[in-house]
Amino acid sequence: MSLSQRHILSVNDLTQKDVALILKTAENLEEIAHRPVKKVPALRGKLIGLCFFENSTRTRSSFEVAAKRLSADTLSISTGGSSIAKGETLLDTIKNIEAMQPDLLVVRHASSGVPQFLSKQVACPVINAGDGSHEHPTQALLDLMTILKEKKKIKGLHVAIIGDILNSRVARSNMILLKKMGAKVSVAGPATMIPAEVEQYGVEVAHDIKKIIPKADVIMMLRIQREREADGLFPSLREYARFFGLNRETMRHAKKDAVILHPGPVNRGVEISAEVADGPHSVILDQVSNGVAVRMALLYLMCGVKQMSF
Amino acid sequence: MKLAITNGRVIDPSQNLDGDFTIYIEDGVIDAIRRDKKPRGGYEILDAKGAVVSPGFVDLHTHLRDPGFEYREDIESGSRASAAGGFTTILCMANTNPVNDNASVTSMIVNRAKEVGLTNILPVGAVSKGLKGEQLAEIGEMVKAGCMAVSDDGRPVMNGKLMRHALEYAKSFDVPVITHAEDLSLSEGGSMNEGAASTAMGLKGIPAAAEESMIQRDLLLAKLTDHHLHVAHVSTATGLEMIRRAKKEGVRVTCEVTPHHLVLTDKSCSDYDANAKVNPPLRTDEDCAALIKALNDGTVDAIATDHAPHAQDEKEKTPFDCANCGLIGMETALPVLLKLVHEKKLPLKRLISLLTSGPAKAFKLNAGSLKKGMPADIVIFDPNQNVVIDPHQFHSKSKNSPFAGWKLKGKVLHTICRGKVVYGMSLRGAQATWQSK
Repeated sequence: MSLSQRHILSVNDLTQKDVALILKTAENLEEIAHRPVKKVPALRGKLIGLCFFENSTRTRSSFEVAAKRLSADTLSISTGGSSIAKGETLLDTIKNIEAMQPDLLVVRHASSGVPQFLSKQVACPVINAGDGSHEHPTQALLDLMTILKEKKKIKGLHVAIIGDILNSRVARSNMILLKKMGAKVSVAGPATMIPAEVEQYGVEVAHDIKKIIPKADVIMMLRIQREREADGLFPSLREYARFFGLNRETMRHAKKDAVILHPGPVNRGVEISAEVADGPHSVILDQVSNGVAVRMALLYLMCGVKQMSF
Repeated sequence: MKLAITNGRVIDPSQNLDGDFTIYIEDGVIDAIRRDKKPRGGYEILDAKGAVVSPGFVDLHTHLRDPGFEYREDIESGSRASAAGGFTTILCMANTNPVNDNASVTSMIVNRAKEVGLTNILPVGAVSKGLKGEQLAEIGEMVKAGCMAVSDDGRPVMNGKLMRHALEYAKSFDVPVITHAEDLSLSEGGSMNEGAASTAMGLKGIPAAAEESMIQRDLLLAKLTDHHLHVAHVSTATGLEMIRRAKKEGVRVTCEVTPHHLVLTDKSCSDYDANAKVNPPLRTDEDCAALIKALNDGTVDAIATDHAPHAQDEKEKTPFDCANCGLIGMETALPVLLKLVHEKKLPLKRLISLLTSGPAKAFKLNAGSLKKGMPADIVIFDPNQNVVIDPHQFHSKSKNSPFAGWKLKGKVLHTICRGKVVYGMSLRGAQATWQSK
């Protein structure tokens, strides 16, 4: 079994079979995290380039742990420490990294489309680790894995995605992937944060989150970036929290078995209150563990190893 | 030198001419157009059998990048691109470095253009010093030195009071003010049309209202000042509708549309092709249809290319949202526009008028006509010849075209400027002033 795609750039490109293979592989690899020696030699001698042209802690460390658990070597560059700051062009930087013969590149960039662009410039496979407001495929895959673990199915589930849909790559990848896998998806937030023609994803739109929370099996909260306040998308964090945040009061209308996801990092008291983030519905930390497993699966499936050897 | 162009189908909308004529040229001007087939009296003969002969095209909107950005284009390469595209008169915008906001830069451009001598280059001066939108540039002196219009093109004049004064002041020197209509506060950070495609690509969109609200402001100011406003590169249906209405009311307004806004939509940006990144952005199918309708009903005065050369590093080799806006158009304009003719969306005569008499009339230029005594600026083209657009064959220094690989019909065979063959094979197979690649 292998993936239909050489690169992971958009969840649009993944077939249902691909998704099943990735999740199955992730499940198999997951147990390595619970071994006394958390390492298998599957990718020994492989070099994974972690090219983070935008700040990231979570995704980057997740990929790093995933690579190390599979014994791959990693090469890490980040905006601050790289020659990007010295005026080198993106393409020059990537060509220099490519000259070190990586077997796979993981790319995060603040501009939409950069992983696509770079995939045409390098010989090795590329994983999009988040590009601008476009996509974050590995996040959607780990979210899917988390939902599946909790709900045992995707088809027919109602997923509510709440917050800054406009600027969210997590929302875009999740809308596409969840719809592909048969879920019903609603998005909600102030109209300033709903992108033009979002209906193209086959989702329902609401501006009053209280209307969709009672129907939701899964509630996915998005991080509110503080700079959006200056951008005029909402008047204050306080008002945002009051009308669009998830708290004990809004959760009172939720289904008893609803689960809450958040891609992190969490703004406690803004999009989600501390008690809800830490409460019984929350699977936020499971997402982090599943993230490592999903990324291990992708690295494993994409680095050209034929035999399972763990 | 005496030259006669025989056997061609002569189309000259300025005198409502369409038929087989022989054009006689003497000393760089049109001497006569007659029905006779065999010129006598020492004429060199250019046989245009099977081709269309029309006044050389007039492009109200180009960027020649000279001085300052000669790595993208210079007056010589821009002139060659102009000649290769069939354009014999082009206006060049002021966003050079230094900015063309004073007579010395204007004179430099005029003199260099004469040295090159391949096309008539008419500079457009800046509205404001340094294109900063703060103080009026020395419009009078620039007009004296050869500027035919003023514009801060590339940027709007955001300050309404300055725009009002620009219209009033330009009126004193009888040159139009060209508006690049864009409310920067609405377009800020955007890199393509706002809509389904921008959402899917995760790119910040520019709403049509950013352009339309500024067109409306400038129409009101044109009315207030009773002076000639020219709206550059109109890209939306509503924008055109507002211009149509203003024209009916008697507001002194003319406008242009570009070939790319007629045939491309925001879907061309998919796959993050920065060659389709342009300002105003490519819009929707409905906008294209409205633009084409406006070509036919007379709302649009001219088709202009907004030829905007950029180096590859500034386009294809950079993330889409960081890439420069603009595309080159002079060498693709004819085949791209003939597509509309072949698809029966626009009559050939109307197309030619939008490239010749339309722009000439709008800006009162001594161009775009084959009447006796006019400069002998002529293009001879085959509207049916198959071509494949290959940017590597362009004479422009830049290659940023979204039309690369397009299979189209229409080829410029000869361009004649001031009686001199500046593009195409010269008579009896001899070399022209310079030979096409």
